[in-house]
Amino acid sequence: MLVYTLKRLFIAFLVALTVSLITFSLTYVAGDPATAIAGEAATEADIEYIRELYGFDRPILIQYAEWFLNAMQGDFGQSFYFKLPVADILFERLPISMTLGVCAITFAISLSIPLGVLAAMRPNSFLDRLALGISVVGQAMPSFWFALMLIVIFAVWYPILPTTGSESWEHFILPTIVLGYYATPAIMRLTRTGMLEVLGSDYIRTARAKGLPQHVVLFKHALRNAVIPVVSLAAVQFGFMLGGSIVIESIFALHGAGYLAWESIGRNDLPVVQAVVLIFSLFYIVLTFLSDLLNAWLDPRIRVG
Amino acid sequence: MTTTIANRGLPAAEDIVGPTPGQQLRRRIFGHRGLMIGGGILLVMFLMALTAPLIAPHDPYMQSLLSRVKPPVWVTGNWDHVLGTDQLGRDYLSRLMYGAQISLLIGFAAAFISGVIGTAMGVAAGYFGGRVDMVVTFLITVRLSMPVVLVALAVVALIGGSLTVVISVLGLLLWDRYAVVMRSATLQIRQMDYVAAAKAVGCSTPRILLTEIMPNIVNNLIVVATLEMAHAILLEAALSFLGMGVQPPTPSWGLMVSEGKDYILFESWMIMIPGVALFLLVLAINLVGDGIRDVTAPEARN
Repeated sequence: MLVYTLKRLFIAFLVALTVSLITFSLTYVAGDPATAIAGEAATEADIEYIRELYGFDRPILIQYAEWFLNAMQGDFGQSFYFKLPVADILFERLPISMTLGVCAITFAISLSIPLGVLAAMRPNSFLDRLALGISVVGQAMPSFWFALMLIVIFAVWYPILPTTGSESWEHFILPTIVLGYYATPAIMRLTRTGMLEVLGSDYIRTARAKGLPQHVVLFKHALRNAVIPVVSLAAVQFGFMLGGSIVIESIFALHGAGYLAWESIGRNDLPVVQAVVLIFSLFYIVLTFLSDLLNAWLDPRIRVG
Repeated sequence: MTTTIANRGLPAAEDIVGPTPGQQLRRRIFGHRGLMIGGGILLVMFLMALTAPLIAPHDPYMQSLLSRVKPPVWVTGNWDHVLGTDQLGRDYLSRLMYGAQISLLIGFAAAFISGVIGTAMGVAAGYFGGRVDMVVTFLITVRLSMPVVLVALAVVALIGGSLTVVISVLGLLLWDRYAVVMRSATLQIRQMDYVAAAKAVGCSTPRILLTEIMPNIVNNLIVVATLEMAHAILLEAALSFLGMGVQPPTPSWGLMVSEGKDYILFESWMIMIPGVALFLLVLAINLVGDGIRDVTAPEARN
């Protein structure tokens, strides 16, 4: 287990390093950053001044090393727009994105696992078809459009929920539904396949033959084993949700990190964008690392193989 | 006359031999409800996109300040503008038809670019294994760690939104699933006897890859391609909706939803119509993808 953990940790570190390199290279993706910051009316001298001020005149590798080492210490540089440390702005916004992410994944899990179990209990029944329908519709519906439709229903036709802002828990209801629904199909399908597989196995037949009641067989014997891959999928989905929150947050004007990233992209405020990309990626890397460990701990075959 | 002779109390030829593989395949295709529905919708969208210049009732760019935000015919509108007009008085139906071109073009092109990248990586990783596999797996992990919407938004915004930029950025971002699926498919095929046989008779590696491996994984490739096409269309719509994708006045469906957003209080049809179009297109592509998977590999169904 220790060897496996160290190996995983090393890979996770390499991935983080590569991601940071790509994130850093965003600075240069559109050409000279100094010209972009200076604006259109800038003279040659202004651009030269900005280049020196921000250190763009130094070798790129040194710029990267400095940026990376600072970022590792929680210093993401100065925002071009706010003229404040990026870290301060970001850490003020991050809890809202996290709250939204946790709410959404909880919603998704509490919707998809029962549906997946029910669908697997009676394949091809009405419930199975309903579950399939939900997942087919969920995969085809653009999330921003679903969000707008919910606004139309719950704020225009039946004005019962707020649509913009992040002041109270009610502001989180609609974003949670949209973001959570987005992750539902994948989790539900995996639960259903896992349950179908487990329910066909010998030890379930043994449990039934012993005369155990249905709910014990289902929840104590079957679900426990079927849910293992679901845990790692949920971790992955949580990471995707943080990334997807940018669309949802900007529609509902939830002042989270995704909204901040969207505003900053529009304002050409690159340090903030880079910080958000890096933080979201790191978060995903940590999550997958933990779920790998969890899987290896639960299933010894993974450790050895 | 010949038919009476052939049928005189004797079983017909196909009753003895059974349907040919071609007939079986056709029966599976036409008997698959999802595939038929999805294929039907997709065909209509295709024809709509191809013949938009011929059948569109109006010029999609033509503004008319006198007839702005006219509702569609079933609300209180008239038959001149069946789906109404937008905030600049442009005919909604015509914009919708031209929008199908944008969505389909982006879906195909992005799925193609990422397909070439992902397939090359996945097949190489699966076939050669070892170091190559390690590098490819690592690259897939890196790619999966980056939030795709955010990165696509940032890059498109930095370079400047246009059709080509959106296609290239999506094409360069969406190869991960191809690589994952192609890698595991190749791993399976590599162990087959006919690959070993091809090696034994001295076939070159490119030849083995092209004539032994590829034909056997092309079904998986098509299924992933439909998934990624749907993914690319949704992403383009999201980017355009957020204002960092295809730029106005191009009639992109995502852009139309975004422009209709200001009228959400009283004219909710303005966001419903392009949204439903997007939904139908993506649904159709997904149904076709699932259908192809079922028809080509019925045993893979869960």
